[in-house]
Amino acid sequence: MSEIENKAENGSTESAGECTSGDTKDDKGLGLGVIFFIVAFVVCFLSGTLLFPKLLYSKKEQPFNFDHELHVSEAGDCDACHSVREDGSFTGIPKLAVCLDCHAEDPLGETEDEVVFVEEYVNKEKEVPWLVYARQPDCVFFSHAAHTTNTDCKVCHGPIGESNSSRVYEENRLTGYSRDIWGKNIFGIKKHSWDRMKMDDCAECHKKETGHQGYCFQCHK
Amino acid sequence: MKVDRRSFLGLGLGAAAGITVSPMMLKIMDDSSILTQTTKTWPWALDHPPFDGEVSYESSVCSLCPGSCGISVRKIDDRPVKIEGLADYPINDGGACLHGIAGLQYLYDPARVKTPLKKNGDKFEEISWDDAIALVAGKLSDIRKSGSPEKLACIADKGQGSVSGLFKRLLKTFGSPNFYTMPSLESYLEVTAAALHGEGKTIGFDLENANFVLSFGAGIIEGWGSPVNCFKANASRKDRHAKLYQIEPRLSNTAANADKWIPIKPGTQADLALGMCAVILKNNLFNSMATGFTGFSKLTAMLQKEYSPSKTSEITGVKAADIEKMAISFAKAKMPLAVFGKGRGDGAQSLKEMAAVHTLNCLVGNINKKGGAFILPKNDYLEFPGESMDNTARKGFSKAKTGRYVNQLVEKVNASSKPVVEALFVYNSNPCYALHNPKSVKEAIGKIPFVVSFSSYLDETAMEADIVLPSHTFVERLEDVPSGAGLAKTVVGLTKPVIEPVFDTKNPGDAVISIAKALEGSIAENFEWESYEECLENVTSGIWDSLSEDGVAVISEGVPSGFVNVNISFIANNPVTIQAQGDYDLTLIPIDNMRLISAGTAASPFAIKTVADTVLKGTDIVVEINPLTAKGLKDKGFATLTTPMGTARVKVNLNEGMMPGVIGMVEGLGHTFDNKFVSNKGVNVNDLIGPVIESGSGLDAAFGIKAKIS
Repeated sequence: MSEIENKAENGSTESAGECTSGDTKDDKGLGLGVIFFIVAFVVCFLSGTLLFPKLLYSKKEQPFNFDHELHVSEAGDCDACHSVREDGSFTGIPKLAVCLDCHAEDPLGETEDEVVFVEEYVNKEKEVPWLVYARQPDCVFFSHAAHTTNTDCKVCHGPIGESNSSRVYEENRLTGYSRDIWGKNIFGIKKHSWDRMKMDDCAECHKKETGHQGYCFQCHK
Repeated sequence: MKVDRRSFLGLGLGAAAGITVSPMMLKIMDDSSILTQTTKTWPWALDHPPFDGEVSYESSVCSLCPGSCGISVRKIDDRPVKIEGLADYPINDGGACLHGIAGLQYLYDPARVKTPLKKNGDKFEEISWDDAIALVAGKLSDIRKSGSPEKLACIADKGQGSVSGLFKRLLKTFGSPNFYTMPSLESYLEVTAAALHGEGKTIGFDLENANFVLSFGAGIIEGWGSPVNCFKANASRKDRHAKLYQIEPRLSNTAANADKWIPIKPGTQADLALGMCAVILKNNLFNSMATGFTGFSKLTAMLQKEYSPSKTSEITGVKAADIEKMAISFAKAKMPLAVFGKGRGDGAQSLKEMAAVHTLNCLVGNINKKGGAFILPKNDYLEFPGESMDNTARKGFSKAKTGRYVNQLVEKVNASSKPVVEALFVYNSNPCYALHNPKSVKEAIGKIPFVVSFSSYLDETAMEADIVLPSHTFVERLEDVPSGAGLAKTVVGLTKPVIEPVFDTKNPGDAVISIAKALEGSIAENFEWESYEECLENVTSGIWDSLSEDGVAVISEGVPSGFVNVNISFIANNPVTIQAQGDYDLTLIPIDNMRLISAGTAASPFAIKTVADTVLKGTDIVVEINPLTAKGLKDKGFATLTTPMGTARVKVNLNEGMMPGVIGMVEGLGHTFDNKFVSNKGVNVNDLIGPVIESGSGLDAAFGIKAKIS
């Protein structure tokens, strides 16, 4: 055996000996390490899941409360107010002029919201600065005209027509977009088709309905 | 248990694992990718995406240049977002030029005057409209009381249209004959028509039908006349088998597009035209009607003596054989048409040149013939009620004008130690930039005690004013826009407001009516309209129905009928040809470029961006010079250009398309007012050229100036 090989053999024996004696000594240290690991894991996981969304989203109130259910019963279906124009573009949230088709005369109803609406906006001829829950990023093209012919509004927007009050609008502090796009569930898990409005959700429905998830340029023109 | 290194390791690992497994990492990554795409991230992008809304289109008329094209303005809700050419409009039929499509940029121009301004020392301060009108009226009343109402003068961009009509009416009822217009192709056409056919007429060129166009430097595709109409006429030339010969010292876009380019020594176009007349007369190729022209025999004798092909060749630099060949082809063509107005036609021009070129038209008998030159009555659709004038007004108005044209006005003001003009109105024009030797114009305006500008922008002239009464831009105002500028038909369009005024501005028509009302007495009696809108409806009553319903009224179309009197005495007297000022060896000439505007309004930021590096490199102006002339100069190198009027640092573009001995510098650069997008780029060529007044006509006819470059 060469000198080098001897040294190597001796060295390994020495280090193995140290390790054996140390094992019994460090058992407690390892135990504490595991506890630290678990505590840190739980704290960070819970922070990332519960505290992070609270920091990420700011809460904003709508200018005043809007009763969709009442309007549906009085005015008719969604397209009574949210219509598609002749050129195929979508009107989105109606302008003040559309509201005034019905609200032009004396205030309709006696709610506080009606007072705010009339005093702040109708009398001042100011558009209501509604916060739009479903606004998609600037880089996305979406045609309502192409979708509403065979898809119910509910599929994407949920049963909003049955609500009596406006939800709090949560704005992503980083991107400026609504929380509705990612979905209420921070893990991105959805129960209903309208829980999320991300690209994957578009693709999922397209795949189901048309057999293909669609091409990039169809929406990102 | 002891806290040691491994415990902390566990803590760190646990935290990392907890964060990784939580949705935070995924969410932040997703948001970060969106963040990179939002306008929020990029300071140079819009604060917000363009507003969504209902799309609509409104028809109007562009009045940025004399072209008067019909435009269709695309709007999202109330906000105009795009200008396109209006289909089926009798002038441009859907076409638009780059200035027109960028017209909305003028609405938000950084130099826009947002509210009336009053000069206090060297600075402007904001005042209300009521105070401004009262101030102007007060000053004018003082001038009138002093017994010299003729000392109120006005410089407008044009003489036609109801707003100019209101200015003229105000001056007349005030008692002043001193209404001036800036040089324009339309004013030159009227001067030429007056010299050859009598007062009250203008000339239209039927470029759409002519089959042999002889252009004496007219930039048919460089913005001459009604630009889009000319583009269309030129585009159809090949299909119609029509020929275009371009006569100018430079291989311009028009020359490059023509069937033949005839390089000619600058300023000798009149001589070439007369040389060609001589060939036509010598070969008996003229129309038999020509013998009846007043001055025909005198012209024949003069031409035989002075303009033989060899003599003409010596003067112009064009070969004698070419002159003869060209004259014969022109005379034998079925529908020949000679066109004058160098460049865009609105710069300095000589009446000798214009009359000589038009004499070619008269000799070949294409007057009022299809494809020829149409002698049209001046666009006089306006029916202002007769003025009632008091004694002061009558006395003042009967006096002679201070100068024949705006150049003489400037000269007179500068020459006199006493104020020749007490108050000056400047409307829609920028004489402190657009006239030759703007320094002397500024000096003259500085000598006038009270200057009122009606400009939309704080341009070079508005900066010199004492009061600025800001006007709506063409997309905010109502106005009648008469065609002209060499069109073969007479059309009046209606510019309509397509957006509520963005700032506290007024229609200039309303401003004039307010001033007149504030002056009270017989002046106010002549302005009894509630508003400019009422006035416009009233004075255009003959065509108002079609103006308001269709946005346009076609007054005359097709070949005009009737006998046209031709008097060629002016040219038969062989007036002196203008020479360039100075003793240097080279000649500097201005170049017109479609992407720039040489008149008062500066080109839009968009238009400036489209200018080639061979015209403007960074902030340096590039001059064109033939390599044979540019001894010792490097291509793309810097040089100093010197003329008797001044010097400029320029970049050199060695270009064989420029005649030897000539330097070309583009017009429309070198603005100095406060607009970071268009100002302080290049040099204003007018700074380097001084006016040369043509005897007889009184026009500034400086086609260029002698120069040296080193």
